[in-house]
Amino acid sequence: MRKFFTLMAVVFLMIALFGSASAGSGRDYINIVGSSTVYPFATVVAEQFGKSTSFKTPKIESTGSGGGLKLFCAGVGVEHPDITNASRRIKQSEFDRCAQNGVKEIIEVKIGYDGIVLANSKKAAPLKLTRKDIFLALAKDVPDPKGGEALIPNPYKTWKDVNPSLPDKAIEVLGPPPTSGTRDAFVELAMEGGAKSFTWIKAMKKKDKKAYKAICHTVREDGAYVEAGENDNLIVQKLEANPNALGIFGFSFLDQNLDKVQGSYVDAVEPTFENIAEGQYPVSRPLFFYVKKAHVNVIPGIKEYLVEFTSNKAWGPEGYLSEKGLIPMPDTERKEFHDSVNALSTLTSLK
Amino acid sequence: MNNAHPNGISPARKKERTLDIVNRGLGKRYRAERRFRCYGLLAIVVSMVFLSLLFISIVGKGYSAFLQTFVKLDVFLDPEILDEQSLATADYQGLVKKSLRGMFPDVAGRRDKRMLYRMVSSGASFQLRDLVLTQPDVIGQTLPVWVPADDDVDMLIKGHFDRNVDEGQRRLKDKQLAWIDQLSSEDRIKKKFNTTFFTAGDSREPELAGIWGAVAGSFFTLVVTLVLSFPIGVAAAVYLEEFAPKNRWTDLIEVNINNLAAVPSIVFGLLGLAVFLNFFGLPRSAPIVGGLVLALMTLPVVIIASRSALKAVPPSIREAALGVGASQMQMVAHHVLPLALPGMLTGAIIGMARALGETAPLLMIGMVAFIVDIPTGFTDPATALPVQIYLWADSPERAFVERTSAAIMVLLVFLITMNAAAVILRKRFEKRW
Repeated sequence: MRKFFTLMAVVFLMIALFGSASAGSGRDYINIVGSSTVYPFATVVAEQFGKSTSFKTPKIESTGSGGGLKLFCAGVGVEHPDITNASRRIKQSEFDRCAQNGVKEIIEVKIGYDGIVLANSKKAAPLKLTRKDIFLALAKDVPDPKGGEALIPNPYKTWKDVNPSLPDKAIEVLGPPPTSGTRDAFVELAMEGGAKSFTWIKAMKKKDKKAYKAICHTVREDGAYVEAGENDNLIVQKLEANPNALGIFGFSFLDQNLDKVQGSYVDAVEPTFENIAEGQYPVSRPLFFYVKKAHVNVIPGIKEYLVEFTSNKAWGPEGYLSEKGLIPMPDTERKEFHDSVNALSTLTSLK
Repeated sequence: MNNAHPNGISPARKKERTLDIVNRGLGKRYRAERRFRCYGLLAIVVSMVFLSLLFISIVGKGYSAFLQTFVKLDVFLDPEILDEQSLATADYQGLVKKSLRGMFPDVAGRRDKRMLYRMVSSGASFQLRDLVLTQPDVIGQTLPVWVPADDDVDMLIKGHFDRNVDEGQRRLKDKQLAWIDQLSSEDRIKKKFNTTFFTAGDSREPELAGIWGAVAGSFFTLVVTLVLSFPIGVAAAVYLEEFAPKNRWTDLIEVNINNLAAVPSIVFGLLGLAVFLNFFGLPRSAPIVGGLVLALMTLPVVIIASRSALKAVPPSIREAALGVGASQMQMVAHHVLPLALPGMLTGAIIGMARALGETAPLLMIGMVAFIVDIPTGFTDPATALPVQIYLWADSPERAFVERTSAAIMVLLVFLITMNAAAVILRKRFEKRW
């Protein structure tokens, strides 16, 4: 019995010593946080980087764009992340917060585009939607169909009610929750885009921006829009089981599941790789990552990681990221960001 | 029972013997008994059906992940490319591509060639590099090498992709199907045991992904958890059970311990984030922090189990020890604790099993992350097994579906082993009075 306790005490002590000894030293791997949309792309680059160089493989946490920037802006030092991924641009408030905490030099890298698709099961016919249809089908309050500049709670029950050319099926859309960057981009690009087709709503943008945003960005809560969680695989499975439902997710999930689901046309454009790359498909957004310049020569490998990410074999039109569903930027834009990364030029203000 | 009073309601029944009344009701009582047993049996059957459904769906989806499709390439290890000075950084990808072109000489055009190269895993070049680095004398020879096939090819060979759908909706195009058919007719495609799955860390390429990194992470985390929660839990239980006076304070502590055992695990994660990361400045994503958080979580379970094990030791043992002149401490250390230890260990193992299956608190302290390198210590970044399952379940590639199920199977094996160990310990060492 006594032996047992002595043994336990020794093990305990050793661990305490070991833990405190190595916790104090620096970090020899890159610490990346941020968007769950960029995560599948950043991880591929990180793995390639880890295997082909002598540096350790970077650690990547999927915290969401907002959560990532919060961690990123907390300060300079080994305990803070070096890079954060974002599926939207950094906001002014976040930029200020960064500066307040001493993170003054940030390198912005745009990596490509992601399309947001509305998909349904292959068992049903593909839908041909417009952004106006999407807005009318999913907004909480919509303009009175009788005309005039009044808003009424969304009365539409079926797609046919929204637009007579659409099928007579109940509106049932599975999509991400409000915490998701995909949802932010979706309401901004698809719903706001549709709301703008009403001239009086568009005019509101200048007069009362808050009310305008409330109209465009509020999704109905009467059961037609179902928050399906952050797991996009689950949405694909649910679409397969229910041919009447529509799902909202990133293009890479459509790309991997083309035998099960199909993307709906938006404004007569099909969500294909080519259409998104050419900027034809309206519901697409740029993806970014942000690098702390103060860490570049402190944490080993950051520069090499940037080189790997901005090389043509990674983010080019034929690169391995495009195989994972990232839509590459046009050549000129790629060159521009490649040069700015090489020069480590920092973000001075948000234009 | 045998002296049951005649109920006296009807005088005609007065002469009836007690036995007759019993016999009359006997059939009904037997039926009720049988029904009662049936309900119990039914409950067992229902839960077994659900359990077997779970197992069937997991094993059915996951067993194929233990096999991996390999493609045999004849690689000429060109001495011109493999220069002595830069063996580690030579163009191994080029060697793989060249041997693929050699097998299908009539493939022309940039697009078709890319489709051809995509048939084998991007891990093939690293496999070649390791081969050359460990045996430099193979340079200059043409070797048959089995390299892992790309996950799409793997899925097709395993029958998870339907060949008969329209070409535009398939991940593999008609030409690639023809190449695969040619390869299999030449016996160049084979399914082999997937050792990578058990030896590699995480990867974004399903054919290169493995659970070893997550298993190592879980191991380091659980070591910290056990080393902290068991001694502290046992000491707390011994004090509360053997030494503490029974008053309002100890009642309050008891209520709090029972309460903590029921607190959702995410709360412990938030506590860990606030205390260990923000206040003590421990590294994010490290097993030591995960272990600390899980130790807090399992502590109440260990204390409660240890206390009931101590309670089960009969008071006569204590009195006898004190009676022959043992001190309080000797009584506990020499007599009570050894008798209660099997029960305590059982509680600790069950607590560990719960900690092994936990993801929510790890989310808050950054252990839900993409980590390729295998952790080698308590402060290396690491994930845990259930976290790996969660991450794979969220990946777009189809091949991760079977790997998710396979990882669940591995986790279940660990859990069953631990729980079985708890049962065996109890059976073998527990004394009953």
